[in-house]
Amino acid sequence: MKIVACIKQVPDTEAEVKWDIPGGKLNREAMDSVTNPFDEFALEEALLTRENYDGDLIAITMGPEKAADVLRNCLALTVNEVHQCSDAAFAGSDTFATASVLAAAIKKIGDVDVVFCGKQSTDGNTGVVGAVLASILGFSQLTYVSKVRSIDAGAKKIVVERAIEGGTEVVEAKLPAVVSVIKGINEPRLPNLMGIRKAAKMQIPQWSAADLGVDAGKVGAAGSCTKVVEIAVPPPRGAGEILKGEIEDIANTVTDKLIDLKVIK
Amino acid sequence: MANDVWVYIEHKDGAVTPMSFELLGIGKTLADGLGSNVCAFVVGEGTDNIAKEAGSYGAAKVIAVDAGVFKGFRPDAYAKAAAFLLDKYKPEIALFRATSQGTDVAGAAAAQLGFGLCTDTIGIAVDGGKLKMTRAAFGGNYTVTVVNEKATPQIATVRPKAFAMPVQDASKTAEVVKESFTVNEADLNTKVLEFIKSAVAINLVEADIIVSGGRGLGSAEGFDLLKQLAEVIGGGVGASRAAVDSGWISVEQQVGQTGKTVKPKIYIACGISGAIQHLAGMRTSDCIVAINKDPDAPIFKAATFGIVGDYKAVVPKLIEKFKGKLGK
Repeated sequence: MKIVACIKQVPDTEAEVKWDIPGGKLNREAMDSVTNPFDEFALEEALLTRENYDGDLIAITMGPEKAADVLRNCLALTVNEVHQCSDAAFAGSDTFATASVLAAAIKKIGDVDVVFCGKQSTDGNTGVVGAVLASILGFSQLTYVSKVRSIDAGAKKIVVERAIEGGTEVVEAKLPAVVSVIKGINEPRLPNLMGIRKAAKMQIPQWSAADLGVDAGKVGAAGSCTKVVEIAVPPPRGAGEILKGEIEDIANTVTDKLIDLKVIK
Repeated sequence: MANDVWVYIEHKDGAVTPMSFELLGIGKTLADGLGSNVCAFVVGEGTDNIAKEAGSYGAAKVIAVDAGVFKGFRPDAYAKAAAFLLDKYKPEIALFRATSQGTDVAGAAAAQLGFGLCTDTIGIAVDGGKLKMTRAAFGGNYTVTVVNEKATPQIATVRPKAFAMPVQDASKTAEVVKESFTVNEADLNTKVLEFIKSAVAINLVEADIIVSGGRGLGSAEGFDLLKQLAEVIGGGVGASRAAVDSGWISVEQQVGQTGKTVKPKIYIACGISGAIQHLAGMRTSDCIVAINKDPDAPIFKAATFGIVGDYKAVVPKLIEKFKGKLGK
């Protein structure tokens, strides 16, 4: 079985965000970065799948030079092969352009059975690249997956649980499939020191737009039909009121105020 | 009409809730600005009642794809039908709810048409016939405004409760157009085997009242108290990441950057310090009550009402007062 994990590097959620304001793009090079938290679950699920069903696991990312770090982490976790899709032409890609590049990489890898990705990234927050990727590739689209029940590569079938509004949907789908996973599907493991040391020395192979056969005009800012035109910090909430006094009085006041909102029935 | 605003009506196996129609409100506002109509579109089997209800919520026209193969939701089937309709009618704007179904259909349908979309939109304006869509990025610490310059329709998913519900008027009716589009069962990739209803009764994303707990609760038992309060005031129970990661409550109930984004009218945060990752998921709640022992906890900067104290003392008092005042 051939398994692919799509991994994204995102700014550390604690770090200061640096924008390239005129372009509406992130200055990713200037920020502390981590593996997108949701992709850690995707990578772990891919590792578990390899352990349970055998096969090769390939991790891919799209991003600038420093995004190689997230793939190095994958190598430290014993992923068989990594590829970094990196080209100046990819900068400013929207959801469709991003998914188009990832789809081209997956096609280049060839004969892929299952693709794992995280539900969303913590920077762009779009939460739709998995669905778009499945649609472009014509793979089964399995989103919000909370459990992989079984994979039968021979019969080309996968059964998963999807955590959706109001409950869990059990879905059987044909392989190949794109599986986007939610938090809680597993407990991501950490690489050991030996793995980290070994990965530090490894070359990260890069794929350019030309390598992927992607038309540079159809990706990146030039090829994206959605564009960020304005960035703002949301206004802070007005400073609240600290209720002081005895608990009895505070409880009286706050329950009155909440009942006055006419929401509680 | 080419510059119409379309609203996707989601349902589960034919069942709708009033929230299924919520985007007809903002859809009408946008259509009025463009001098066009707000239309609903629906994919399913036996959609007549849904079409009728869409009319009562203000849709001028309903376009339906109705066939047996669309009985239950399947992303590939529904996205193909949605892409077919959007390609045939080319409305100016198509809105979907940013739910699991809305995101699945919008993303895949846009991909089939060959362009991107704006997801989880929280603000929409029309500027020169084009949408300006505001959405949260970096877990709500920034908002970005997005335009869609090249695509028709401009597709957006819209965060639940970001806009007011339209008023229902049973006397209003819509013209219904049925499109005979179908897909072959053999061409579909997915099949739903079963649906297991959640033990958690309240969907936090749609809840008006949430009582939430964090690390400060100290144990899983702390949530028993919060559940009692939630029950008295008709709310759902939420949690911070720390409480979920401690195994005190299910991940389904996590609010924040790696959990759910909620917008209740009342959010009561107990023992939650207010890390930016948690604030990202609840900062747009109408009224926030924070209960925390630490007077310097950042949650107090976001709170409408702050109570410095131990939740173990405060919450039972709140339960007692609510019970008395609400006659429960």
